[in-house]
Amino acid sequence: MSDWEPKIIAFFCNWCTYGAADLAGVSRMEYPPNIRVIRIPCSGRVSPKFILSAFREGADGVWVSGCHPGDCHYIEGNYYARRKFALFKNLLEHTGIEPGRLHFSWISSAESTKFVTVVNDVVSSVKALGPAKRMIKQDPLNTVSVTAATL
Amino acid sequence: MTQTITGAAMVIGGGIAGIQSALDLAGSGFKVYMVEKTPSIGGVMSQLDKTFPTNDCSMCIMSPKLVEVGRHPNIELITLAEVTAVRGEKGDFQVDIHQKPRYIDMSKCIACGECTKKCPKKVNDNYNAGLIKRKAIYVPYPQSVPLKYAIDGESCLYITKGKCGNCAKECPAGAINYEDKAKDFTLNVGAIILAPGFSAFNPKGMDNLSYGRHPDIMTSLEFERMLSASGPTSGHLSRISDHQEPKKIAWLQCVGSRDNNQCSNSYCSSVCCMYAIKQAIIAKEHAPYPLDCTIFFMDMRTHGKGFEACYNEAKHKHGIDFKRSRVHTVVPDNRTRELMLRNVSEDGTLRDDAYDMVILSVGLEIPEELRSLAGKLDVDLMPSGFCRTQTFSPVSTSRDGIYVCGVFQGPKDIPQSVIEAGSAAMMAGADLFQSRHTLTKRVEKPAETDIRGESPRIGVFVCHCGINISGVVDVPAVRDYARTLPNVAYVEDNLYTCSQDTQDIMTRIIREQHLNRIIVAACSPKTHEPLFQETLINAGLNKYLLEFVNIRNQDSWVHRNNPAMATAKAKDLVRMAAAKASQLESLVESRLDIDQRALVIGGGISGLSAAKALSRQGYHTSIIERFPVLGGQARKIHQTAQGEDVGEQLNDLIASVAADDNITIYNQAELTGVEGFVGNFTSTVLQNNEPITIEHGVAVIATGASEYRPDEYLYGKHPRVITGLELDERLKIKASSLQDIKSAVFIQCVGSREPGRPYCSRICCTHSVLSALHLKEINPEMNVYVLYRDIRTYGERENLYKQAREKGVIFIRYDQEHKPDVKACDDPAKKDFIDVTVTDPILGRPMSIETDLLILASAIVPNTDTNLAQFFKVPVNEDGFFVEAHVKLNPSSFATDGVFLCGMAHYPKPIDESIAQALAAASCAVTLLAKKTINTSGTVAEASPRDCAGCGTCVAVCPYGAPSMRTSGQFVGKAEINPVLCKGCGACVASCRSGALVLKGFNDGQIMSMIAAAGLR
Repeated sequence: MSDWEPKIIAFFCNWCTYGAADLAGVSRMEYPPNIRVIRIPCSGRVSPKFILSAFREGADGVWVSGCHPGDCHYIEGNYYARRKFALFKNLLEHTGIEPGRLHFSWISSAESTKFVTVVNDVVSSVKALGPAKRMIKQDPLNTVSVTAATL
Repeated sequence: MTQTITGAAMVIGGGIAGIQSALDLAGSGFKVYMVEKTPSIGGVMSQLDKTFPTNDCSMCIMSPKLVEVGRHPNIELITLAEVTAVRGEKGDFQVDIHQKPRYIDMSKCIACGECTKKCPKKVNDNYNAGLIKRKAIYVPYPQSVPLKYAIDGESCLYITKGKCGNCAKECPAGAINYEDKAKDFTLNVGAIILAPGFSAFNPKGMDNLSYGRHPDIMTSLEFERMLSASGPTSGHLSRISDHQEPKKIAWLQCVGSRDNNQCSNSYCSSVCCMYAIKQAIIAKEHAPYPLDCTIFFMDMRTHGKGFEACYNEAKHKHGIDFKRSRVHTVVPDNRTRELMLRNVSEDGTLRDDAYDMVILSVGLEIPEELRSLAGKLDVDLMPSGFCRTQTFSPVSTSRDGIYVCGVFQGPKDIPQSVIEAGSAAMMAGADLFQSRHTLTKRVEKPAETDIRGESPRIGVFVCHCGINISGVVDVPAVRDYARTLPNVAYVEDNLYTCSQDTQDIMTRIIREQHLNRIIVAACSPKTHEPLFQETLINAGLNKYLLEFVNIRNQDSWVHRNNPAMATAKAKDLVRMAAAKASQLESLVESRLDIDQRALVIGGGISGLSAAKALSRQGYHTSIIERFPVLGGQARKIHQTAQGEDVGEQLNDLIASVAADDNITIYNQAELTGVEGFVGNFTSTVLQNNEPITIEHGVAVIATGASEYRPDEYLYGKHPRVITGLELDERLKIKASSLQDIKSAVFIQCVGSREPGRPYCSRICCTHSVLSALHLKEINPEMNVYVLYRDIRTYGERENLYKQAREKGVIFIRYDQEHKPDVKACDDPAKKDFIDVTVTDPILGRPMSIETDLLILASAIVPNTDTNLAQFFKVPVNEDGFFVEAHVKLNPSSFATDGVFLCGMAHYPKPIDESIAQALAAASCAVTLLAKKTINTSGTVAEASPRDCAGCGTCVAVCPYGAPSMRTSGQFVGKAEINPVLCKGCGACVASCRSGALVLKGFNDGQIMSMIAAAGLR
């Protein structure tokens, strides 16, 4: 288990958190290399099905980050995101996904220090939970052979 | 008038004011030369951590403007340069430029920063206000534009002594040129805009404040850098003397302002009260422990939009202590390591307060070099050094064709500088409009290849970025890996993918290899996506066929101690990009024609000025005014703060507008409806019960504000109680009644800065002081009193306050809790007189004044029109003023495209500022009109009516009104998206329950394919 590294899908809004991640680079900060960033226009673009899909594909964690509430480039997209995620996170917990696997944050494009702090938090909390097991899509061929073997 | 008008302008100074002027002018079809004396544009704003009153990050809001200037095809940046002489006249100036050597070949430098590592010479870092050192080879700050290094010729060891030469050895691009020489050349322009800024007052000469003798006594600019995340302490509060966290910080206001003794800056610097409040709030936020913040001030001047609310929050929410006292001396106590502040509190007691850090709120001043620049340009200055302008031509200098904006015109904040920048651009543009588009470049685009039906052929370009990427990530391995990915037809790696020669090679390869999707794995799309999109366009590909992979800022730079993982991450990211790229489509940008006519709502001084400006640039403009006469509030005003007669100037303005064939006036008219959107509005106006239809491409809202009718202080109940404007009416007609009065009392803040109307009305202090002076002029023996809470005669208006005190006007302060008591005299013999009782805070005792005239400095209330707000879908704040697109950098536009804002509808303001904003709003409108057509983004939502359930969620979610339900045709009741209004955020798409909406460029399939390709299992 010691060499296991979690894989985390991160959805960053183009205007704030993606900018903070860039700035962390410009400032030559360091953070663990476990996140795979998908750039989106706004955190409001993130549909719950993207998060579900990431878990289905085997992500150990998912992180969505946008602009601070009130600072959305699109006026109010992150408010919708915030409301949606608050509900969705509860629902996911209900299905057995540990709360520590799904993270939301609001990081402005100037907050590279906060960005690094949050990356570390996200990675360490996912790491503490170990590899994700729930909800992962089974390979249909394997499923068939397993079924055949049990017959 | 000269025969030929040069279709180019010069902007001197690359701070925020110069940047805005340049963008407005270049955007409206003129070539712009921007002359900046340092290696990078950005000015003082780039050094600020946050901006008041919203505490937005300064660099974040500014950097898009910096990039826009840097990339603009019609702005030529001339850095390290100064103007030495200006010959010729308006329309045809010859400007002599002296440009210092940079010692760097800008076409080769890729800003990797390798050179600085081995540079042995350290010099003071001006960007960080001298708190730390930088190298002799440097970029001023990481977001500099142009992002090219420069060698400080005065300190470089090689240039001064012929030793070293390390940077030339280190530079991987061969960009160092020690033989670079200064250049002198001449440029032809039709107009010139001065935006050279200011310097912060240096308090070294003020012995009593001990600045320079103790490191914990800092200027506000030095402290600003300490607060900044990009500053020397990364925003951590720390005393320079011992690196301990300060527990008690004091701000000392008016250092180098409102002071004739220790310096000769009698004016108020206008911005220091607000920046001190901002710094105190931020300092408390940065301190992870209880931090005491005290601001020592004379008058708290929070007279701008949102400022008073910020001041109240600072007091009540953040617990910042405000002490009304001018600190006499600051003495470091070497034993306790504390700084002792000797001050006299309001009740007259002498106190010594200990602090462990002292911030001097230094004022703004015009340095000697700018006075000499003005001399070279033959432009008049005020005795204070600021550029001389007139109220009714607020950005015109004494020399025709040369305009001024920003602090060089007078002390002011960022929004006011941006407003003036727009006005200056407007004035320059009006001089040059006949030569619009004569010197600008138009980029010819090759025909776009139709890739529909073609199977994806992806080209992948992996960048080494010198060693920035390849020093950590195994770039050849990533390159070879990319070859194995589905649909990838061509792969190569480049030392610098962004360099101009690589762009040419890429264009050739795209054509030769018939590539139809491109992946660039390099730095960040935030900075470089537009560059590569340009390359795609040049190769005949739709620009949306590009997918950018960030393997530098978000990979090699942040995982430098883990090259294996960084390389694995780069491969994952490239694989994800390839999965998405296979699904990319050509996107269409809708193109709209812009109706070349404008509509101005409001025929006051702002509306008239805006209309005249638009007409001067050649655009037909209609004005709607609800009253029979034009002129608005200005009709009632006697004189400006500079002593000009308002009536006279207003009549000239009205006459010129009335005589203008290009302006149609609809008076006694009301707007009853607005349809359409940017470029194509149709407004209905009701005039004499006749509906009139006006078509226009842009609209300017200038509905103004009016004087509050008080219901306090016996107003309306006693004939001798009048408002400030009512006094003006009497002054205007030189009423004989004024000569007989013995005593007059002004009460300030009537209806302002109170719970029901918390904002400061900005103009009443100056107006009352001016009126007091007029009364003293009529009868020097008259006893004139001004009862005030804070005197807010900002900028050069402070001189009026000084003059009033010299003339014997008595100023008595009162508290909100102890308002003056006003009643008619009890004595029947004196029943015409009024008794005013006020508690003097210094004496602590009530004082009674018997007066025969009481003037109420009544609040300014907006002419709130909720219909208008709804017609144009523009917001109104809780005070009833319209809300601009951005408080700092977009004060004269609305978030709704094509709708602009000026004058008192925005916030109370004097005539010069109203006119400046009218010109700025017109300038914003012209930049739009001059384009003639606009392209909307291709990244927009699209509705599939067959899948739509017609629930209307998208309509409810969208803040821009882009989705609507069809009202006719086969799919009535189903959603459709207007691509012109859609901004592409995707909120509706994520909210659609039936999957009927897609966001082009970020559709579900594309994002899902990236997730699936992320190598999660």
